[in-house]
Amino acid sequence: MWLFLSTEILFFGGLFLTYTINRHTYADVFSFSSRTIKLSWGAINTVVLIGSSLTMAMSVWSAQVGKKKLVTLFLIATLILGSVFLGIKGIEYHDKFVEHHVPGLSFDMYYCTNNPGACSNISPEDLAKEKVELDELTKKMGGENAVNANAQLFFSLYFGMTGLHALHMIIGAGLLLWLIKQSMADRFTPQYNTPVENVGLYWHFVDIVWIYLFPLLYLIDRH
Amino acid sequence: MSEHIVSPKIYLVIFAVLMILTFTTVEAAEVDLNHYFHGLNVIVALVIATCKAILVILFFMHAYYSSKRTKLIIFAGFFWLAIMLSLTLGDYATRSWDVR
Repeated sequence: MWLFLSTEILFFGGLFLTYTINRHTYADVFSFSSRTIKLSWGAINTVVLIGSSLTMAMSVWSAQVGKKKLVTLFLIATLILGSVFLGIKGIEYHDKFVEHHVPGLSFDMYYCTNNPGACSNISPEDLAKEKVELDELTKKMGGENAVNANAQLFFSLYFGMTGLHALHMIIGAGLLLWLIKQSMADRFTPQYNTPVENVGLYWHFVDIVWIYLFPLLYLIDRH
Repeated sequence: MSEHIVSPKIYLVIFAVLMILTFTTVEAAEVDLNHYFHGLNVIVALVIATCKAILVILFFMHAYYSSKRTKLIIFAGFFWLAIMLSLTLGDYATRSWDVR
């Protein structure tokens, strides 16, 4: 399992590397763009995902000591927490669609500030603050096109990295369903629990990817 | 799989520490540490993230109790990552021509 995870480390590592270089090269627009993502959702999701790692670890323990009922219960708890994470990610993606922050033809960093009332998910005070910052940034970058081009790069990386992470979560949820089915048939015993252990390793790895995504996408330059 | 059973007590302690670190990193991000020297905010965020990752690997993923061979594979995975990151970033940092 760790051999597979080593390949995954490099898979995500390449994206983190791309992000780091671009964040450094286009520092001003990237830090502005990252501030338009809601910190609260990211923080809640971090707690939810680490919580799901705890329940996953507990289901491995339950299997090792032969508490068959608990294995199923903890697997279901993990699945629920994983689904909560994906649901919150869905809310965040929806916000980005409303704000026209999804890379593509209708991408427009100025949509919310130019159309008062269009982005009900942002408070008026935050919007006023965003406008001041955006005007300053536009002047610094020498035009709206430059800001939009660089911001689009940020959001491409944002959706690419969180999307790949979410895909891993969805695959993990599928694996959990498979485990729950076997666990309900009382297949896992102190002698045979390698599937639980290995899906656990995968689940914790996906947690670690988020542990790095959260500060890099949400936290840096928040002050 | 080596059969060392980690007790729920350890899992709960690690979970509590991870929660405290999450809270700390969010609070630290709101403070302008760059005021002391440029880039301190990034360094603090990444150091905390690395502490969290190490705790997850050692205890949730049982690396602390694993065989030497498993430890070697884990080390190799991160070692290759370190090669990729350091050589590429080193290249970007030291070229005289503007990559933009």
